[in-house]
Amino acid sequence: MSDKSAASAAFKQVMKQYGGIFLSLIVLCVIFSVTNQRFMSVANFLNILQQVSVIAIAAFGMTWVILLGEIDLSIGSIIAVAGMVGAQCFAFGMGFVPALILTIVSGALLGLANGVLIAKFLLPSFIVTVATMGIYRGMVSLPTNGAPAMIMEPSWTAIGTQSFIGIPIVIWVVAVLFLVNHILLSKTKFGRRTYLTGGNREAALYSGIKVDRLKIIIFMISGVMAAISGVLLSSRLFSAQTNAGMSYELDAIAAAVLGGTSLAGGVGTMIGTLIGALIIGVLNNGMNMLSVPYFYQLIVKGLVILIAVYLDVRSKRAKQ
Amino acid sequence: METSVDSVILEIKDMSKEFGTVKALKNMQLAVRPGRVHTILGENGAGKSTLMKILAGVYQPTTGTIVLDGKPFAPANPQDAARDGLTIVFQELSLCNNMTVAENILATREPSRGGFINDKALVRKAGELVKELGLPVSVTDQVGDLSIAQRQLVEIAKGLSIDAKVVILDEPTSSLSDSEAEILFRIIGRLKAKGVAIIYISHRMEEIMQLSDDITVVRDGSYITTRDKTEVTIAELIALMVGRDMKEIYPPRDVPAPAITERPVLTASGLSRADKFENVCFDVRPGEILGFFGLIGSGRSEVMNTLFGMAKASGGTVSIDGSEVKITSPVEAINRRIGFVTENRKEEGLVLSHSVESNISMVALDSFSSVFGFLRRRRERTAAKAEVDRLAIKTASLDTLAGSLSGGNQQKIVLAKWLLTQPKILILDEPTRGVDVGAKFEIYKIIRQLAADGTAILLVSSELPEVIGMSDRVVVMSEGQVTAIADPAQMTPETIMHFATGSTS
Repeated sequence: MSDKSAASAAFKQVMKQYGGIFLSLIVLCVIFSVTNQRFMSVANFLNILQQVSVIAIAAFGMTWVILLGEIDLSIGSIIAVAGMVGAQCFAFGMGFVPALILTIVSGALLGLANGVLIAKFLLPSFIVTVATMGIYRGMVSLPTNGAPAMIMEPSWTAIGTQSFIGIPIVIWVVAVLFLVNHILLSKTKFGRRTYLTGGNREAALYSGIKVDRLKIIIFMISGVMAAISGVLLSSRLFSAQTNAGMSYELDAIAAAVLGGTSLAGGVGTMIGTLIGALIIGVLNNGMNMLSVPYFYQLIVKGLVILIAVYLDVRSKRAKQ
Repeated sequence: METSVDSVILEIKDMSKEFGTVKALKNMQLAVRPGRVHTILGENGAGKSTLMKILAGVYQPTTGTIVLDGKPFAPANPQDAARDGLTIVFQELSLCNNMTVAENILATREPSRGGFINDKALVRKAGELVKELGLPVSVTDQVGDLSIAQRQLVEIAKGLSIDAKVVILDEPTSSLSDSEAEILFRIIGRLKAKGVAIIYISHRMEEIMQLSDDITVVRDGSYITTRDKTEVTIAELIALMVGRDMKEIYPPRDVPAPAITERPVLTASGLSRADKFENVCFDVRPGEILGFFGLIGSGRSEVMNTLFGMAKASGGTVSIDGSEVKITSPVEAINRRIGFVTENRKEEGLVLSHSVESNISMVALDSFSSVFGFLRRRRERTAAKAEVDRLAIKTASLDTLAGSLSGGNQQKIVLAKWLLTQPKILILDEPTRGVDVGAKFEIYKIIRQLAADGTAILLVSSELPEVIGMSDRVVVMSEGQVTAIADPAQMTPETIMHFATGSTS
């Protein structure tokens, strides 16, 4: 097969897989560019990417979890915990690098706790993460008694505010994490085992896949991704807020599902999730530019998610 | 056919069914008479399922007519078909595991008043039926707690709880042991006496000969012939079905079985698991096919699960190559080069939503990855392709979803994934269940070849002819105990059955 035909085959594959959802994204962009001239500009697209970064990264983690047929509702709280851990590190006079490492480790540990409860104590992930969502959210307020904590460390706030070669740093972070997650999922043994286990847990077990360990690692990935989201969010806000990331888990789930990830497990891709996150970002941005009141935004967002998922399901069914 | 038209309850004339350009059925004919068992015989993919789905109202025919009890019959859905007096009991279990036997049997037809279910009447009504059919279950049992075989019987009871003129039984015995099948045959006898027509689908030839009155053979979507049971032999039927002469059902051994003096590769001594099996002792030599026969509940599958590390033994030892091993997880079993083709390929064998290729490479994934865990896709593909060719797996491509293949080809994929690990010991639990005659023979040939190459095979089966035809020695189990180990050539099927039913003398 020549490179050209391979490329066109790859394009066809992408269209076959994401056609419906990709179309939804284009349609939304067209609608918003018609209703608002400022929508279609490089500056605004960078803006959208920046706004969507926190959700996108959390959604990468969520995609792993959903691929296994599990759910992680605690990531919104982990986002807040991460910001607070960062703030406290600086309050204790730590430097940027150790603070960043500690923040990410905190996300990994909270994910580990979820994973161990689910894999070793055999509790359903929905229940475990509903519980830890509350526990982690409460923990955020422990150091400050519920008050927000300012972060004045310039290297930290630079992440959310500065650019590198003309592109905001947060977009670089999203791009790198997308690539890492995409490669890990589609090119490695670990990714393949995740798909197989999500597709049929019993078969995976009988085929010698260490299902428990896999589950724990994936909840740790979810925690780490949420913690990185928390770093971005707190750096943009110059502070750690106790209600930061509230209900972000729902946006992350919506992004993954919009992108074609099956809640039954075994089916989904990082590319799909990225497109799903972009749809949510474009919607938020477009409606804000049109000054649509917040409550209407909620209604429209819900409807768009329903329509997009319906179109996707229908196109997949038609192919069968 | 010499019978008069008015004694026919269900008649299909010149039926065809096309899916796009694919002709699933052409020129199908069928005439079923009341009070008779009419078997439809054909390999997987011959069109039996399509035909049954048309009768049940799941599909509509492209051309052709159906007449049921003198009236044109064109059901739009299974409820329609049931209302007109045709019931189908599907091969796939369609029970709710979280509900009781009674709730399942009378699902959607619960006795109720004002929308409230009358639990007492429900239990009584279902109880009468269960008692009448002689099922070995209680109506208040949770279906999820029952064995697969018991569930199958409940499924059948559910189908029969509707008064029907025609009952379709699609492979009802595929997970029943012989004694449970006897219960089913009694039920069928009772239905016949009531004048109900039964359309029967099965791959088990002995059972077909025992049960049928008429046999219709289909091949490649076409009607071949209808015969009276008394006019044909099994060999003739198989020849009609596969369209060629099939002299042997079991391929012969090309190399002799290993001598009894050879050192065993696997030895189990005194192996026990509480409430499941006790003091199980056997050994198997490289190149030997050791059959395991027993009725459902005899503990055969439990022994295999324990050997493979899925369940913990409560006593006894297992040795591989003479040294004692403790296998507590499938990972350890695989590392010791044990392979396990499990009983239910859809539940424990395959990831149906994934490609043929990734199913085949599933266990041996380590050998297709580099240092950092990156997959070597080309190597993986080459290996999967080689297995597809070697086992003659019929698939459109390596990217085809495993779930879309026929039973026989799915089973070959499960075999392929274990063959890639080059096992020393291969456990095969019901390797030909739900597989048609042609594919069965191919699987038997593969088993023979593996044994010839020195693999020790543990062959678990509830089909006695299969165990006798394939094994070098047979371990017979009953209620968790080994009741006999012998050369099948020196035992009659009756003696083996005798040991399997627990008679020790």
